[in-house]
Amino acid sequence: MHQVVQAVILGLLIGGVYALMASGLTLVFGIMKVINVAQGALVILAAYLSYALFSHLHVDPFLSILIVTPAMFVLGVTVQLVFVRSLRGPDAPELSLLVTWALALGIEGVLSVIFNTTYRVSNPSYADRSWDLFGYQVSVVRAFAFLASAILLGLLSLLLTRSRFGRAVRATVQNPTAATLLGVDANRVQTLSFGLGVSLAAAAGAVYGVIYPFNPGSHYDLISRLLSIVVLGGLGSLGGAVVAALAMGVIQAVVAVEFSPTWSAFSFFVVLLTFLLLRPQGIFGVRERTL
Amino acid sequence: MSRATAATLGRGAAFTAVVGGFPFVVHAAWIVNIGVLTLMYAALATAWNLFSGYTGYITLGQAAFFGLGAYTLGIAFEHFGIGSGYNPFYALPLVGIGVAFASLPVAWIALRTRHMTFAIVTLTVLFVVQQLAFNLHSVTHGTTGLMLPTPSFAIGNYDRPFYLAMLAVLLLGLGICWVVLRSKLGLMLLAIREDEEKARGLGIRVTSAKLIAWWLSIALTAMVGGIWAYYLTFIYPESAVDPLVMIGAVLMTFLGGRGTLWGPTIGAMVLVPAQQYTLLQLGASQLYLVGYAAVFMVVLLLLPRGILPSLRSGLARLRERRRTKRPPVIREERAHA
Repeated sequence: MHQVVQAVILGLLIGGVYALMASGLTLVFGIMKVINVAQGALVILAAYLSYALFSHLHVDPFLSILIVTPAMFVLGVTVQLVFVRSLRGPDAPELSLLVTWALALGIEGVLSVIFNTTYRVSNPSYADRSWDLFGYQVSVVRAFAFLASAILLGLLSLLLTRSRFGRAVRATVQNPTAATLLGVDANRVQTLSFGLGVSLAAAAGAVYGVIYPFNPGSHYDLISRLLSIVVLGGLGSLGGAVVAALAMGVIQAVVAVEFSPTWSAFSFFVVLLTFLLLRPQGIFGVRERTL
Repeated sequence: MSRATAATLGRGAAFTAVVGGFPFVVHAAWIVNIGVLTLMYAALATAWNLFSGYTGYITLGQAAFFGLGAYTLGIAFEHFGIGSGYNPFYALPLVGIGVAFASLPVAWIALRTRHMTFAIVTLTVLFVVQQLAFNLHSVTHGTTGLMLPTPSFAIGNYDRPFYLAMLAVLLLGLGICWVVLRSKLGLMLLAIREDEEKARGLGIRVTSAKLIAWWLSIALTAMVGGIWAYYLTFIYPESAVDPLVMIGAVLMTFLGGRGTLWGPTIGAMVLVPAQQYTLLQLGASQLYLVGYAAVFMVVLLLLPRGILPSLRSGLARLRERRRTKRPPVIREERAHA
């Protein structure tokens, strides 16, 4: 029992970080029907940026979020303007899937050329410390990672519910045509939210680099998890993504201690496929229709 | 026989003669090796096009079934002894049929979802199969990899049997596509691509039609995987279930033209030699990945319809221009300009 509770705690902490990555993915899909397959690669790119800041300039990885996130926001806006916006026509969503995949390959290639394929991890002085809570071990970096993710998700939800931009975003998600008719600049909303999605990946990446070793090829593993999370949560649903991410963290951690670590990633895919059998639209998703 | 039928059959015969005769004229092993890879990708792209090009449902999981085919042949070698020389090739249809049937339940679940979700679920299947290849250690030997017996072909023309086997699967794939395109099934698939709700409303059994196309596509893919495994004689999870193989096939289909008969083959014939050449030049570094991504971007952004459809509409426009006689004034203006 003790072991299971310990695993649940660990799973929730990790799940929080995945929730942050997945929130960007599902937000972008909700607004422009684009699945950003490069989200995983962008997380890894941010992890490298944070790693470089840490190892050369001794910037704390958690503080580096403040530098990496705005930089990656600019990158995201550029990517949307150059690559994603030019896709038009009925095939645009499917084409965007492939364009962002090409982007992921490009990022992987550039990172492998610059950093080669050795595994890296940002190792701040408190990396090995942990707290003792009622007999359960909580690693400091993982607790910080969870806290940082929770704060950022809270800020995101404030941005979406309290600001003018957030209202425009939610209106676009619900009905793009009506939103445009009411004076929402659809192009601007799309560009800014793509940048926002990428900066969420960036913040999560800085955190990811502290808790897991990574190399340029790590993005395959990440994107497969992220895509499963957003599909399980229901494409376009932020709440769904958070719930699904936490569920994934817990399922994997529990399977790892109770059964075997080698099957932990697999277990989540099985949960996903079983769930889709019963509810193809995911936890909070709406049934997708062909237009 | 109509004129169009005769033309397609003629094109097919010419293609078979030229491509089939190639390794009997050219003996350099490295060129035939590139030929094997070109035909392999042409067959994979044709198989991908058979499902995704005709139904509009993009699957990103094809590499899973390529890998399943490779592993099935490898495991068959280890446990049943399927002979040497040409004999293993005769087991390929069984491998294809077996993998295709095994994939049906997964396809049925995945096809309950619509376009975007479907693409993601198939991608998930790819990672599931890769995980299985890692974890089912007793049959796949996990990361250690699976050794197949070395084929007993003459050293001088070692690559030729594989070349011909790949060509055979490609021709089979092209033949199936051609028959499907002319059949009622082909019309159903196109109806699904254009408007699935309407197709369903018209009484088309959309799920069955999609599953048949899926079955055919997977059977071809698994056969290609089997030949590839026998050719390399060594497979491991990352190489057998490689997302890059699949994305390569997709890229070639897009370059040649989705939903066309010859498009995927043309795309492969352009891209694979180019890819192999850059790999040879930049092999040591990961720079080729960047080049690959760049080509992919250019194709998607500048030529999203593909070579064949663009060429066809260009030719049609040219013919139109020739038919309508232009007033001489314009010609004079052109001459001055």
